[in-house]
Amino acid sequence: MGDIKIIDAIERYIRGEMNPDERLYFENLRKTNPEIDQQVVEHTLFLQQMNRFGEWKKFRSVLNEVHTDLAEHGKINYSRLTGKARVVYLWKRYKRVAAIAAIIAGVTTLTFTAMVNVFSPKADSEKLTELSREFQNYKAQSRTQANEINKIKTGLNNSKSVINDFKSGGTAFLIDGKGYLVTNAHIIRNSSRIVVVNNKNEEFSVTLVKIYAEKDIAILRIDDENYKPVSSLPYAIRRSPSDVAEPLYTLGYPRNDIVYTEGYLSARTGLNGDTLSCQLGIAANHGNSGGPVFNHEGEVIGVISTKETQSEGVAFAIQSKYIFDAVDELKKDSSYQSIRIPVKSSVHGMDVRQQVKKIQDFVFLVKAN
Amino acid sequence: MKADHNEKEILRGLAANDRKAIETLYRDHFNMIQTLVINNNGSSEEAKDVFQEAMIVLYEKVRSGTFELNCQIKTYLYSVCRRLWLKRLQQLSRFSNTAETDEPLVPVDEDMDDHEKRNEEFEMMEKAISGLGEPCRSLLEAYYLQQQNMQEIAANFGYTNADNAKNQKYKCLMRLKKIFFTHYKNGNGDGGY
Repeated sequence: MGDIKIIDAIERYIRGEMNPDERLYFENLRKTNPEIDQQVVEHTLFLQQMNRFGEWKKFRSVLNEVHTDLAEHGKINYSRLTGKARVVYLWKRYKRVAAIAAIIAGVTTLTFTAMVNVFSPKADSEKLTELSREFQNYKAQSRTQANEINKIKTGLNNSKSVINDFKSGGTAFLIDGKGYLVTNAHIIRNSSRIVVVNNKNEEFSVTLVKIYAEKDIAILRIDDENYKPVSSLPYAIRRSPSDVAEPLYTLGYPRNDIVYTEGYLSARTGLNGDTLSCQLGIAANHGNSGGPVFNHEGEVIGVISTKETQSEGVAFAIQSKYIFDAVDELKKDSSYQSIRIPVKSSVHGMDVRQQVKKIQDFVFLVKAN
Repeated sequence: MKADHNEKEILRGLAANDRKAIETLYRDHFNMIQTLVINNNGSSEEAKDVFQEAMIVLYEKVRSGTFELNCQIKTYLYSVCRRLWLKRLQQLSRFSNTAETDEPLVPVDEDMDDHEKRNEEFEMMEKAISGLGEPCRSLLEAYYLQQQNMQEIAANFGYTNADNAKNQKYKCLMRLKKIFFTHYKNGNGDGGY
């Protein structure tokens, strides 16, 4: 093809590779043939561009070589960021993004939490509140514990020091003068240490004898050398159910002093016909849990345990016959054979003030942690 | 004025593709640019790119023969790199507070414009050549960029003789020229021939 030869000739011409005769001939051809002339111009331009492009490429590869060389010989401080430097770099670079993301996440979380709080239904189980008392000194407790830990850490362990903080509290009462007490199981749930305090503010340590969780009854025994057993209790535990509308009162420790509260028997069963308990019209508070419910004959007809969350003045007590059940079960163990539940009230016929005076010494504040 | 003289020497070396001159420039100025870029939200890799581009700007300028050294090389490179880096930051929409600087600056607007135009042309050429596919790419690069003669090329590429190689080269060349001139005429309204 002629075209190949023309290009070949043009390239040789531009590079100055032609001999003088050839060159003269080609220049004449250019003058007489405008087509060839234009091809020469175009190709010159193209070759120039190619040359510059070649130089550019070459220079770039030289730069890369130089860079690698110098970096290898440590003549420039080029270092791909690694480790900590890279983290710092990424942090610098993305801190704005991170901040915005954090804000969005925060807002979303708060919104979501708020919506859950607003729309979630209140649980049914909250209809009843256990009447155990939460001691308001968690902070003090954790401080004390921290101190304890510090003491242990520094080797100044003072084994005499006693933790005086209890997380749960309620009421208990004697069912046997030898020191057997009844209270609610929920007060001492998961407790490692239990003490009882009488209305003279004397503290006795107790051991847990048995928990009847399904009855919400627990039996404790005072194990303290300072405790003087009493031969007989002034009140009785009633085995048979009481009559509706019977006037009642309870003694308990919603605070650190013994508190008297009165009311009446509203129903022989508890919430939703629960046969374990009975309903009381009584203003019970947290801390009354485990307290004895007396009729005016001085008989314990129940152990106060829960109250209705929604309405004031409605409480529930475990029926007293379950105390007998619990003790009967306990007596299967030979070491508890000696327990005698009082069945005859000695305060029978006294007015309530006199009854309370006799009874109050046998009702205790329970503290557990 | 000894420093000035030295710098002229280096630039002459650069124009002549002297590797020693390139190394000297690189060694003397890269760290400064790296600091500039890293302090302004960039990485070492990005500093390398920016510095090498600035070196190309300087190279093109000394090659064109119109470069008059009316400031220190350092100042010139710094000014170019700063411009390049600001532009890159803008493209990446990465935020930075670069504006503050204690280094002296020289106006480089014109150089930057020239450089961008050339860059565009070269990138177009690169794309066009690699778009040709093999063996055209290697064949044309060998002939026009590495300036090998047809006998060598025929041997290297396994053609039976130089004429076959020439034939193949011619076909590739026509394709490349077509792409090149299409772009050239489109990109330059003045295409006056």
